[in-house]
Amino acid sequence: MSALHIFDIAGSGMKAQNLRLNLVASNIANANSVSSSLGQVYKSRQPVFAAELNNLLDKNKAAGVDVLGVVESQAPPVMEYAPNHPMADELGYIYKPNVNTVEEMANMMSASRAYENSVEVLNTAKNLMLQTLKMGQ
Amino acid sequence: MAINFERALGIHPNALILREKRGELLAANLANADTPDYKARDLDFKSVLAQKMASQSGLKTSHQGHLASPTTLLGADVKYRNPNQASLDGNTVEEHIEQAKYAENAVQYQASLRFIEGKFSGLMTALRGE
Repeated sequence: MSALHIFDIAGSGMKAQNLRLNLVASNIANANSVSSSLGQVYKSRQPVFAAELNNLLDKNKAAGVDVLGVVESQAPPVMEYAPNHPMADELGYIYKPNVNTVEEMANMMSASRAYENSVEVLNTAKNLMLQTLKMGQ
Repeated sequence: MAINFERALGIHPNALILREKRGELLAANLANADTPDYKARDLDFKSVLAQKMASQSGLKTSHQGHLASPTTLLGADVKYRNPNQASLDGNTVEEHIEQAKYAENAVQYQASLRFIEGKFSGLMTALRGE
């Protein structure tokens, strides 16, 4: 039954938004993780979304969301001069992640709204399918 | 004389299939609300209906009140939506509009279901002959 395709699509949306929420949680949790070198410092992680290509090529088919991967932000980490810090390097600098907590909070709200949207779509489709199954009774 | 179900149910089963297809497209739009460069899509009934009526394929329509034959509706075109306010990342999904359309489509789906149920109960009444 092709109707179940709606469930796949809404499910792919929920999966993608769930990953996004996870990454936001990881970014916010690590916002204050200090490091003593540029290479080791935590970098903000962001998901890359794309429409499912196979279904997009056939223009009459609906396409779900595909997560192509997770990228680390290229923004420079914050250097802070704190010679008394136990993690300070030989020049007295510590390195803080390039996580922008305000941005992440906005990201989180957007992701949770989109997730709720998918849940609503799923519920509506489920109700319609149940009614269809009960047809003629 | 055998009962012809196709004739008894009329256009409604096809309408149901179309509503389902449209539901899928709208669900995909909502799921891709945050996908860069995704373009919102929808079914365009009106133009397909007009086009089919003009081409006179299938049943003939000689009056503006006539409907096109049911099977021709299934070739409905998928078109891209014109956004009121496109976002910078090339995404043209406007969630509030898609939500409204999805709700509208769900109600229309239910209406088609009710019509079919009505047809069936009519058939049952005829069969029982009470």
